[in-house]
Amino acid sequence: MSVTGAETLPPGREPRIRLDRDGIVKRLFMGIIALYLLVALALPLYAMLSKSFVTYRFDLTAYEFQVSDEDRVFGEPVSAADLNEELQVFTDQQLHSSSDGRLTAVDLFPEFNFRSKVLYRMRGTKEHAPWLVGLDPQDTTEWQEYDSNTFRRINLRPVASVGVQNYRAYFSNPSLVSSIENSLFIATISTVITVLAAFGFAYALSRTCMRFKSTFRLIAMMPILVPSLLPGIALIYLFGNQGMLKNLLFGHSIYGPLGIVIGSVFFTFPHAMIIITTALSISDQRQYEAAESLRASAWRTFWTVTVPSARYGLISAAFVVFTLVITDFGLPKVIGGQYNVLAIDIYKQVIGQQNFEMGAVVSVVLLVPAVLAFIVDRQVQKKQVSLLSARSVPFQPRPNPRKDRLALLWCLIVAVFIAGIIAVCQFAALIKFWPYDLSLSLKNYAFDRMDGGGWAAYRNSIRLALLTAGIGTTIIFIGAYMVEKIDGFRTGRALFQFLAMLPMAVPGMVLGLAYIFFFNDPANPLNPIYGTMTILVVSTVTHFYTVGHLTALTALKQIDAEFEPVAASLGQPFWRLFARVTVPVCLPAVLDISIYMFVNAMTTVSAVVFLYSTHTALASVAVLNMDDAGFIASAAAMGMMIFYTNAAARALHALASRRVLRRTQAWRAR
Amino acid sequence: MSVTTTDAAADPAEPAKTPPEAYLTIRGLWKSFGDFIALRDISLSVAQGEFICFLGPSGCGKTTLLRAIAGLDPQSRGTIIQGGRDVSVLPASARDYGIVFQSYALFPNLTVERNVAFGLENTGVPRAKVTARVAELLELVGLPEQAQKYPAQLSGGQQQRIALARAIAIGPGLLLLDEPLSALDAKVRVHLRHEIKELQRKLGVTTIMVTHDQEEALSMADRIVVMNHGGIEQIGTPTEIYRHPATLFVADFIGETNRVSATLRGGKVALGKAELRAETDLPEGTGVTVAVRPEDILPHAGGHEAAGENRLAVTIADMEFLGSYWRVHLSGEALEGVPLVANFSMNAVRRLRLSVGRAITVELPADRVLLFPESRK
Repeated sequence: MSVTGAETLPPGREPRIRLDRDGIVKRLFMGIIALYLLVALALPLYAMLSKSFVTYRFDLTAYEFQVSDEDRVFGEPVSAADLNEELQVFTDQQLHSSSDGRLTAVDLFPEFNFRSKVLYRMRGTKEHAPWLVGLDPQDTTEWQEYDSNTFRRINLRPVASVGVQNYRAYFSNPSLVSSIENSLFIATISTVITVLAAFGFAYALSRTCMRFKSTFRLIAMMPILVPSLLPGIALIYLFGNQGMLKNLLFGHSIYGPLGIVIGSVFFTFPHAMIIITTALSISDQRQYEAAESLRASAWRTFWTVTVPSARYGLISAAFVVFTLVITDFGLPKVIGGQYNVLAIDIYKQVIGQQNFEMGAVVSVVLLVPAVLAFIVDRQVQKKQVSLLSARSVPFQPRPNPRKDRLALLWCLIVAVFIAGIIAVCQFAALIKFWPYDLSLSLKNYAFDRMDGGGWAAYRNSIRLALLTAGIGTTIIFIGAYMVEKIDGFRTGRALFQFLAMLPMAVPGMVLGLAYIFFFNDPANPLNPIYGTMTILVVSTVTHFYTVGHLTALTALKQIDAEFEPVAASLGQPFWRLFARVTVPVCLPAVLDISIYMFVNAMTTVSAVVFLYSTHTALASVAVLNMDDAGFIASAAAMGMMIFYTNAAARALHALASRRVLRRTQAWRAR
Repeated sequence: MSVTTTDAAADPAEPAKTPPEAYLTIRGLWKSFGDFIALRDISLSVAQGEFICFLGPSGCGKTTLLRAIAGLDPQSRGTIIQGGRDVSVLPASARDYGIVFQSYALFPNLTVERNVAFGLENTGVPRAKVTARVAELLELVGLPEQAQKYPAQLSGGQQQRIALARAIAIGPGLLLLDEPLSALDAKVRVHLRHEIKELQRKLGVTTIMVTHDQEEALSMADRIVVMNHGGIEQIGTPTEIYRHPATLFVADFIGETNRVSATLRGGKVALGKAELRAETDLPEGTGVTVAVRPEDILPHAGGHEAAGENRLAVTIADMEFLGSYWRVHLSGEALEGVPLVANFSMNAVRRLRLSVGRAITVELPADRVLLFPESRK
């Protein structure tokens, strides 16, 4: 009878299911959030990318001048290029400029005197030849006449052209290129050390019967609660020029790669530890039983069972750490000394030299390793999932005194390192004047007497963190719901998914700089949010979007996919299902996303350092600025304020989670 | 396996009569996933109040067909008319059905009462009426005590009934059941089978159930749609399907058959040395597959002497006791190595004193010898 053959559909059209209200509303919501991601992420990045290809140069051949004598009789017109040729005022180097560049016209006229009666005329000889009279922009091929006093206020403006000159300039500048090497160097070293240390720690937590596991876990998580630059401050106190343990370095300087690596290990440790612990905890007891029954030695079992089963976790952790280190800006700023890295170069080009185009070039260079690491990590994550099988038997460690003692020793070393760094910061914050007056005082907490924003900065940070947690969680969760539970619309969903994953590949510095290009453009209708709290919230939500999105997706995928069809068949709109079932069931994940957003908003420096204004200074940026201004103790004190706040927030979150779980998740208990 | 003796074959195979008024009509339905054709040219109509089963092996397209009817996986071609209304392009929410999934899809954080009430709330029905209706429904499915519990606190069978109550709460015109019993253990399944059928009869709601379990289909359905490779093999009442399978696939999938290839000569087919007469309209010389159900083979006492139409002299090679009947493996010179399996009732075995090694005569009644034209490969 009918056997599988080369049958094909009869001719005709694929019928389209009419959209119902749910379908329209879902698409609308997804569209809005996709639009958000487009405006807050894709367009700024595009603006930055295109900026990196724009070169500004003063085109002297485009201007002509005429100078009169005292009797106002004009001489022959002469081009600016000829004048420069003759006088050699501006070098070719000086003619390269940035979008903000200005060239004083009078420099081309050595005999200029602003009191003389001489008149000047100038005009453009090309279509685009801009200049400024004071602040008044001019661009014309008609002769304009100025008296000496006005002529002194004339500045030539550069014209833009598109090309790879910025990149050529970048790669021909040895001091800039050496940053690439430096960045790769410290990122690689830090990655190796962190992953090894974290593997030992995670192994001790999940594979031994060591005591005090929960305490160790708690200590290992502490670095997440502070800005990445805080360990830098502690290291200055320990090993700096007046450091307590300076002699331990035998003359080496902590300022430079050494300090960056130690600090990087500190702040990336928890990230690696979480990933590796997860990888180790999904191993299968049965494999170990098989190894034992085959009389494999413990050493052999370790290399043939433990390490391979955790390999995806190790790879993933390595890439995460690598990306964190190479994109981090706070730590090298505080303790890097003269050692330049990519993230610092962006900051220097933008804040120091106002060379936005070169900043954009460095950003693109920094984007390359970050995107590569991101892609590899995603591939590995996909494989990790497939390792899990429902029938795996969880591993139960057995006591082994020697192994357990070794594990305890290792965890103690790590814990002392982490807790020690925090303790040193606390100590620094409370000491009156290191190293001369060691009495305790709270004067370092009197932030209002220091530059950097004072207590207002702290309050701003709290506001930013609360807004980011509230708004961010809402946007992220709704976006994840729409992309997961919409019917059909495949292209749209794939596009949305791409936009939602993109932030993870974009370093904070790059995002911040991209925002300057995009939002600071007067032609942008969104320009008014520049310099407000809004742009800080938008940038922070966007910067940390991906992890929240993945958390929400994981929770949503665990919900029965047939809830929506059931609700539809019962004639109920999806938002009733969303409010009454989806959100309550996913509440633990929602709380997780919100605390993640809160903590990161408190500690982040990289994106917001370009975006804050005097009214919206932030605590984390204040740490940076106070350190820069030499108020290291106050910087430590502000860092500790962030630590207290985040610790309190986490405790509150744990408490709330437990209560919410008890109240709304009663159904989980049998 | 339902055990029918030949004597009980009295019920005449009723011809599939066209239903008086079709509630659901499907015409020329196709569905493709990329290059894969999941449904091919499905046409079918379901009468008001009828209980229909889609039966077939996994991957035959039965669930795809159900989801197309529900508007969850829209068809690629064809039309679906429900209650006189063309619903082919209507979204799920605009169609009129209640559905029970294999997973039940009960809302875990809502009590049983709130689950059942989910489709009734926000529809302008006063609260008191909703409460009364929920109580009535819980009574109907026999779980009035469980109103305040959460789904996780109920057994699988109870959850199944709650899902059913929720689906029928809104009084749908069509009830769709997607393998509703397959997650349950055997005893509960048999019990619920009966209950669902009762409930359906009481409500008179047109029902379509998807199942891969032939026993379920045979015992519950008014008519069965047997599907294979995305197409319909046969539509008919359970007895039609069982006694007059339209294709070899149906004969094989529902119940068991002994099969052998043969050629039709003078209204007879060869089985080993023996010749069997069969009732057939197939033309002379057709290559056929002969199929005989084990329970249609009748044992006769008295050694090898009893010759007669469609009778074979065989020896009992092996016997397996399967509880309510014996499975008997037959061999014999006449069979020429073709294996033949028969199911004999306990009574027959006892009465005829059958045991391994005994020579007996079996009869393969002409009206029970099924012939299917050999498919040319």
